[in-house]
Amino acid sequence: MEHYLSLFVRAVFIENMALAFFLGMCTFIAISKKVETAIGLGVAVVVVQTITIPANYLIYAYLLRDGALAWAGMPDVDLSFLGLLSYIGVIAAIVQILEMLLDKYVPSLYNALGVFLPLITVNCAIMAGSLFMVERDYNFGESVVYGLGSGFSWALAIALLAGIREKLKYSDVPEGLQGLGITFITIGLMSLGFMSFSGVQL
Amino acid sequence: MSKHTAKEVLLNPVFANNPIGLQILGICSALAVTSNLKTALVMSIALTLVTGFSNLFIASIRAQIPGSIRMIVQMVIIASLVIVVDQVLKAFAYSLAKQLSVFVGLIITNCIVMGRAEAFAMQNPPWISFLDGIGNGLGYSAVLISLGIVRELFGAGKLMGIEVLPLVKDGGWYVPNGMLLLPPSAFFLIGLLIWGLRMWRREQIEKPAFRMAHQVVDKEAY
Repeated sequence: MEHYLSLFVRAVFIENMALAFFLGMCTFIAISKKVETAIGLGVAVVVVQTITIPANYLIYAYLLRDGALAWAGMPDVDLSFLGLLSYIGVIAAIVQILEMLLDKYVPSLYNALGVFLPLITVNCAIMAGSLFMVERDYNFGESVVYGLGSGFSWALAIALLAGIREKLKYSDVPEGLQGLGITFITIGLMSLGFMSFSGVQL
Repeated sequence: MSKHTAKEVLLNPVFANNPIGLQILGICSALAVTSNLKTALVMSIALTLVTGFSNLFIASIRAQIPGSIRMIVQMVIIASLVIVVDQVLKAFAYSLAKQLSVFVGLIITNCIVMGRAEAFAMQNPPWISFLDGIGNGLGYSAVLISLGIVRELFGAGKLMGIEVLPLVKDGGWYVPNGMLLLPPSAFFLIGLLIWGLRMWRREQIEKPAFRMAHQVVDKEAY
């Protein structure tokens, strides 16, 4: 239990997807003008991340890994080079299925998430979560916790940034720095703040 | 759409319509790999090739792709190209591939590749699309390489691993700025780069969401 807890805290604060690894930046900057939409997108990312990482783990462990096909009588087959293609396929499929399920059974949540769900397919944070899971050799339990943690870290970062940007739009920013430029500086400062967590030993 | 000339598609994205500086595309990987010049260079080459060839292939079959599944077709082409790049890197430059870790794989979700495929290659003939892909790749590379140079030169006093500014701890005179090797500096540098680019090309300046009440004359404000 303690192990999982420390993995979660590490994924949220120390290895923050957006602020330490720069992942999902395109959406991070594009959708962070209002707090409400930012939180909506954040929740969608947490949900998708928590489902896709374990799903990709199962694919990796039982189909792609070197010798993973032993149960099918093919112990010498190594399909790991197909990883990238299968992960993105799984992500796209899960986002699609999730969209249909939510539309059918939880229309209120579906309306709240609305346009953000399809956007998530091309969010690098999701893809990176799966790739990190493979690279770090997580087991099934760890991949669930890591999915939850990394999704939450991204949601936290975008909600914080949206809060700052809402205040910032009333400030008098130098001309050329307007918009994109000042947003980058802001993210830099936030990232600097989050670096202070990196000294935490777990 | 035949008015695109080769020179225009190739050079426009570098300054006038830079994918990172203006279109906010593909920033994810731009920041993470620039802490030294070597990885920035490899990443630039990889991305330029993938964008160029994915545009080429998508443009050559654009008449055959049904509209409803075009995303998936584009995704499969891009993913296959990235797998090739990934395997080549693993075979010939294993240590570099380890350093780049997941970021080569993330070229798949890099918005530049997808964006150019959707916006340009679906409407234009293969050759010009190929040039457009290479051009956008070069625009991305220009930002990546300049960031890589600044961060490695001032952060570690080296370029491509070769010492340029002798460090104090080795008896030289340069005190390295360690912060340049950390993530936040990448954000600051890109912010400043965008600032510089927009002061030079003033038409790129964004309109502010709220102006200071414009009926107030400067004098009255005080």
